Amino acid sequence: MHETRDSIAEIWGERTPYVGEWPIRVDERTLEEPDQWVQSACVLCSNGCGMDIGVKDGVIVGVRGRAIDPVNHGRLGPKGLHAWIANRSQERLTQPLIRRNGRLEVASWDEAMNLIVQRSQEICARYTSGAIGFYTSGQLFLEEYYTLGVIGKAGLGTPHMDGNTRLCTATSAAALKSTFGSDGQPGAYTDLDTTDAILHVGHNTASQHTVLWMRILDRRRGPNSPKLIVIDPRETATAKEADVHLALKIGTNIPVLNGLLNLIIEAGQIDRNYIEAHTVGFEVLKNTVSHWTPERVEQVANVPAAKLRAAAEILGTANTLVSTALQGVYQSMQATAAACQVNNLHLIRGLIGRPGCGIYQMNGQPTAQNTRECGADGDLPAFRNWDNPEHVAELAKLWNVDVNIIPHWSPPTHAMQIFRYCEQGSIKLLWISATNPAVSMPELTRIRQILQKDDLFVVIQDAFMTETTELADVVLPAAIWGEKTGCYTNVDRTVHISHKAIEPPGGARSDFDIFVDYARRMDFRAKDDAPLIKWNTPEQAFEAWKECTRGRPCDYTGLSYEKLSRGGGIQWPCNEQFPDGTPHLYPDGQFNTSYDYCETYGHDLDTGAATTPEEYRANAPKGKAFLRAADYLPPHEQPDQEYPLWLTTGRLVYHFHTRTKTGRSPALHEAAPDAFVQISVQDAKQYGITEGEMVEVISRRGRVVEKAIVGEIEPGVVFIPFHYGYWDKPERSRAANELTITEWDPVSKQPHFKYAAVRIRKAALVINQIADAIGQDADTVTTVLKP
Amino acid sequence: MHLGNYLGLVHSSEQQLVDAFKQVAEHHGDEPDIYQTCMLLSSWSQEHVKALKPFVDRYSEEKNDEPERLSQSLFEEPRSGSLALLRDLHDLWLITNEVHLCWVVILQAARALRDVELENLCQRLDNQTHRQQAWLLTRIKQAAPQTLVVAA
Repeated sequence: MHETRDSIAEIWGERTPYVGEWPIRVDERTLEEPDQWVQSACVLCSNGCGMDIGVKDGVIVGVRGRAIDPVNHGRLGPKGLHAWIANRSQERLTQPLIRRNGRLEVASWDEAMNLIVQRSQEICARYTSGAIGFYTSGQLFLEEYYTLGVIGKAGLGTPHMDGNTRLCTATSAAALKSTFGSDGQPGAYTDLDTTDAILHVGHNTASQHTVLWMRILDRRRGPNSPKLIVIDPRETATAKEADVHLALKIGTNIPVLNGLLNLIIEAGQIDRNYIEAHTVGFEVLKNTVSHWTPERVEQVANVPAAKLRAAAEILGTANTLVSTALQGVYQSMQATAAACQVNNLHLIRGLIGRPGCGIYQMNGQPTAQNTRECGADGDLPAFRNWDNPEHVAELAKLWNVDVNIIPHWSPPTHAMQIFRYCEQGSIKLLWISATNPAVSMPELTRIRQILQKDDLFVVIQDAFMTETTELADVVLPAAIWGEKTGCYTNVDRTVHISHKAIEPPGGARSDFDIFVDYARRMDFRAKDDAPLIKWNTPEQAFEAWKECTRGRPCDYTGLSYEKLSRGGGIQWPCNEQFPDGTPHLYPDGQFNTSYDYCETYGHDLDTGAATTPEEYRANAPKGKAFLRAADYLPPHEQPDQEYPLWLTTGRLVYHFHTRTKTGRSPALHEAAPDAFVQISVQDAKQYGITEGEMVEVISRRGRVVEKAIVGEIEPGVVFIPFHYGYWDKPERSRAANELTITEWDPVSKQPHFKYAAVRIRKAALVINQIADAIGQDADTVTTVLKP
Repeated sequence: MHLGNYLGLVHSSEQQLVDAFKQVAEHHGDEPDIYQTCMLLSSWSQEHVKALKPFVDRYSEEKNDEPERLSQSLFEEPRSGSLALLRDLHDLWLITNEVHLCWVVILQAARALRDVELENLCQRLDNQTHRQQAWLLTRIKQAAPQTLVVAA
């Protein structure tokens, strides 16, 4: 084995302090010397690090970072260095399965695909394609999403398409659209090389984007260290590094951000010329935030006024600023509204569109950006506006289909509503790809009930059996990263290609091949009777996608497989005008808000009400950005006498999503083998709970039993990581989402995973009580306490 | 002068909205966005009722029971299910339109009276009424195709 560093023990590795260019450090971990290195990029978070896959005798034997790649300069995080081992797991699915007489049984591809086609046709004939829904991922490749998008929109014509990106990154898209007129991150990671200050809002960068954090630490250890401000209720590793940590109360992002904006406006630390020339809505914003004095913020959000002032002083005086927001914003109350305030901060100070100034409405998953771009999440491909008839007509022309087949009569159905339609019985076929809603969605009892409904036909393609495949009617074994070729785009718009390095195991097929096969069997055709899906290979799909993006903000027309295979990733837009890609969007303060070009006509941040095309046209911003203001609305569920504590959920550095891959890496598994509940020292004392003791956590929706970890969290708040389900440990109710709430942000429709009211008690008390009552010993009771 | 009559009409209509939004929230509690948003919009109408009070006193409101008749005929009995949701949102939209028209009428009177305070009030509250209507219309448009075409 060759390992350049122990990334489990030292997550970020040795520091390489710098000014100017971030030094190269190639991280590598191989079990054997590879015969061959194959170009790829990491799929374990949205950072999108360039990576080579080491292959020996047709098997992946390791990975190394690509020194040439602008995203990571050779570095890799612990998940990237370890999770590839899952590709060779003996637990990979290798044959299709069909449920017969209540049991999943092995079937041939023909049997499985014909069954899906037969059910699709029956359902379409009887109920229309509005009875078919797709729920995909942030894990597939661009070519797969685009193929799925065209099948759904122009083949079947269903409005019910979304991805699990709804759970992780929908607010990113919603906030960018709301402010700038379209999706697309304004900055580049190179901004971190020069910036004066960094703001992380609800983003535990040290844990969720380890390689990005290495870059920040290296800047911080070098001369000319940037200031760091962190807004987070937990004392995370990110928060510990901060110059100012604002440990706010759950659900109070808006008061804190409005308070910061107010101080900056009051101090006159704003760019009046920029505001005048490039934005609309300043007076309303100023008026809205003026009510949020530091004293009022302290009262509502529990952030000391002096600390708020210290943060505002840094943010108000920095000449350059990089801000990031993630789940602490996106999965909490007023998600889109709060994310927009981060955009506002940059706009009112004119800190956008130039080196050192970046806003990252972060993505969660590695290919989430493509789910959004390609229309697999319900939006129209290439950031087209479903409410703009011209945009719909462009797609109809491109695909050569009747415009009326493309669903554009109402907003695309978001994931939570798709599951609601399944619950009510109007969706009869739900096709899930590469995700595990039986662990990742809120209120799992409800999700399990929905997936088990007799009148819902559930198709799943995945690499492993999961908590969700257990409830499926058809399971299709999928090839994964390393076993197929395709492209994906990271959070700073950098597009990477990932080449096929090895063959998939057994009969597993790529999601691309599965979707194309379905389209052929369904015989979807264009107006000229030619097949609707005109491609058979990922490269052909990429070429088709390029045409779809021509002239749109995410223009890929200057990219090709050949160009992407030459070196590092390239940032879109990449076209004739910008053949080497584009580091910064909006350098001239011209935003994508014109009526004909914008991706949305906007929404009311409090209710989600759509702005009508007529209203939008009347207020035409003509290329100016929107300063969207919002006042505070408290979370819908608050602690009370019965449920006196806040629950917040989140991730761990060693795991990805529901651990289907990371849980199969022995090193990652051993580093974080089980869920836990983190409670404050004060609460531990009050409840008489000691470190390591089992604790029962109960909400109005469910209960879990977790081991206690004490400290580094505010009193009144408990934290449970959401990764852990039941595929490898079925005996204990432990999935955080047993407890979470079915509700969502009015604009982005992203569920609120960051708060729920719970109560806790020592599990031993409960178990002993039950054991006494039923005359069994405590161990027996523990094993029957299943979800 | 009949301004008191219209203030009575809008006052009772807003009160009807407070109750009707709550009623729809409760009947459709298994639709999370319906529950949360209807409760929020109910609270807006509650604020409107309060904000109207000084003007009702100033122009001696005449009791107007038209809105009660309207809402009685709209919400005869609790309904549940997807078609019922659509019909309930539809009926809420009708009441918000009643309120909107009242603001238009009262605004005209306020201008003729040179009552700047009442004029400002009409504009501010009508803006929120418009936001209520806009949400109802958005949600109705979303629900209509699935309810009328696909659902059993």
